[in-house]
Amino acid sequence: MTAPTVERVLHGVGVGRRGVVGPVAQVQPAPHVPADAPLLVDGVEADVETRREVVDRAFTDVAEGLRDQSSRATGTVRDVLAATAQMADDKALRSQVLAKIGAGEPVVSAVDGVVEMFATMFQQAGGYLAERVTDLRSVRDRVVARALGLPAPGVPELHRPSVVVAKDLAPADTAALDLANVLAIVTELGGPTGHTAIIAGQLGLPCVVRVAGATALVDGTEVAVDAAAGTVTTDPDEAQRADLDRRAGVEQALAADTAPGGTADGRRVQLLANIGTAEDAERVATGAVEGVGLFRTEVLFLERTTAPTEEDQAAVYARALAALGDRKVVVRTLDAGADKPLAFATQPDEENPALGVRGYRLVRTHPELLETQLAALGRAQSQAEAAPWVMAPMIATAAEARDFAARARAHGIAKVGVMIEVPAAALRAGEILAEVDFVSLGTNDLAQYAMATDRLRGELADLLDPWQPAVLDLVDATARAGIQAHKPVGVCGESASDPVLALVLVGLGVTSLSMSAGAVPAVRYALRHHTAAQCQTMAAAALAAGSAVAARGAVVGLLVPEVRATLGL
Amino acid sequence: MVQRTVVVASRVGLHARPAMLFTQAVAASGVPVTIARPGGEPVDAGSILFVMSLGVPHGEEVTLAAEGDGAEAALDDLVALLATDLDAEDAPASPGGAS
Repeated sequence: MTAPTVERVLHGVGVGRRGVVGPVAQVQPAPHVPADAPLLVDGVEADVETRREVVDRAFTDVAEGLRDQSSRATGTVRDVLAATAQMADDKALRSQVLAKIGAGEPVVSAVDGVVEMFATMFQQAGGYLAERVTDLRSVRDRVVARALGLPAPGVPELHRPSVVVAKDLAPADTAALDLANVLAIVTELGGPTGHTAIIAGQLGLPCVVRVAGATALVDGTEVAVDAAAGTVTTDPDEAQRADLDRRAGVEQALAADTAPGGTADGRRVQLLANIGTAEDAERVATGAVEGVGLFRTEVLFLERTTAPTEEDQAAVYARALAALGDRKVVVRTLDAGADKPLAFATQPDEENPALGVRGYRLVRTHPELLETQLAALGRAQSQAEAAPWVMAPMIATAAEARDFAARARAHGIAKVGVMIEVPAAALRAGEILAEVDFVSLGTNDLAQYAMATDRLRGELADLLDPWQPAVLDLVDATARAGIQAHKPVGVCGESASDPVLALVLVGLGVTSLSMSAGAVPAVRYALRHHTAAQCQTMAAAALAAGSAVAARGAVVGLLVPEVRATLGL
Repeated sequence: MVQRTVVVASRVGLHARPAMLFTQAVAASGVPVTIARPGGEPVDAGSILFVMSLGVPHGEEVTLAAEGDGAEAALDDLVALLATDLDAEDAPASPGGAS
């Protein structure tokens, strides 16, 4: 194999530990063309009549293509595509565009003008309609690309299991993905804690983000995606395929253990899943998780221009609770702000949003958001006859914890907790635990605030490492407070999904671990092969280390050999 | 010119699926029809984009208008459609034509 290739191995940041081989399917970006771009036929600018014909046909082709794609899809994907197809077929949209072109306007400018007129009308109507503007713009992108002979933008229709490659994936793109045919996700942008990575983790898909050069991969090329190594390899050789096969075999073997989580000597540790939607709840309910340790409710609020009503929210919460039956479900109230801005709540003038009015702090500016959400949770609890645990994000003081607990209990919530993600709260965890029934450590934000490192800066990833001894000190302080108060202390950051770090967390006194569902089997396996005393020894070794790398090295050295071999450490 | 006024029965208003079923029925009738909110400008009832952008909520009146052959019959059918809850599970899947 000496064919000249560009970069055979591309590097990025892996999410999870899985690997897979499959053909590339590129997500095409929206066409960026000037408003007066010429429409060329056989290399020369077409006359007005030809331009009208080409654009007319582009509308017809786009609508037909979307209808076709919709008829082969299922569920949400089918509905999204059918609605978009009908917009592309709209006769008023088409006749107005054709009239402008007939009057001599360049094609891109004509399409943009009419689409923007409808977009403005939709935005003024607000609510549901404002959210449909994305679909309108996607019609615009498709028609312009079709008319100018450019590749069709957006998520491609997957005819076979494929590796989806994109510059970045917006939530709307993910909604249009036929997940049954997605083997792995590779993006040029994004970070290991971003939207794409979280979705991939929930689906158990191998994912590598921040892969420079990924969008230059040719459609259909076979690539090996290795999340553990953070690599994307073109035309993988036999040895690499065999290695990925062996690892897939290990994953399957690990998944065969579905008993509740616990140490070798029988100390119980609940293994829970992180979810974002009621559909996720239904998906994880079919697996061997003991419940949900983090239900991120902001997914309900994102990309909306107005807050969802109490009724709308209650329906979603009730559906998630019903899916999980008797199993524990921890719901986190709205964590908006910083990297998750909301049109109706975010302060436009914040220079430092990660330190601004976000999470629970929104009660200062928008108390009605929290009240409505707690009322919806109270209502869902009666509808589903299942009692959620409810916790608030971004609590810094015991007084805030007390206020939140009073609000939640007023709506009939029995188990009230708070997130520990601000270092101040970790240092004073004892006082906070006196106000609530449980706490849950968000290690991603805890590391961001303890290390003064923006979570979205990929180049600072080493400082954000949850193995940083200072971050482990804060986990230790919180876990000690929990032991003293006889109250549960969970971890719901991504650090819980690292089977080695999970042993340290349990050794420190953490009582439950919540992670992407796909990470549970390896964590369950690692726990099952070590006693509580061994976990404590590992925790002490990690705390005694001088750096993140030394801490991890020391703990890996203490693993029983069988676990080290199976996990490939 | 024939005009009819009807209260929109769909719980979600004239949005989403109800708007889709309504505009499909207008197209199937073969008659140019306009739709207007009380005191508002009439717009093309066959355009889902125009119909949706009216933002008609549940329980509000709309006025349909059409002219020429078949206008009466077409409006009668469309009025009957709007007076049905089109968001209900058992609503007609493809209105406006015998199959």
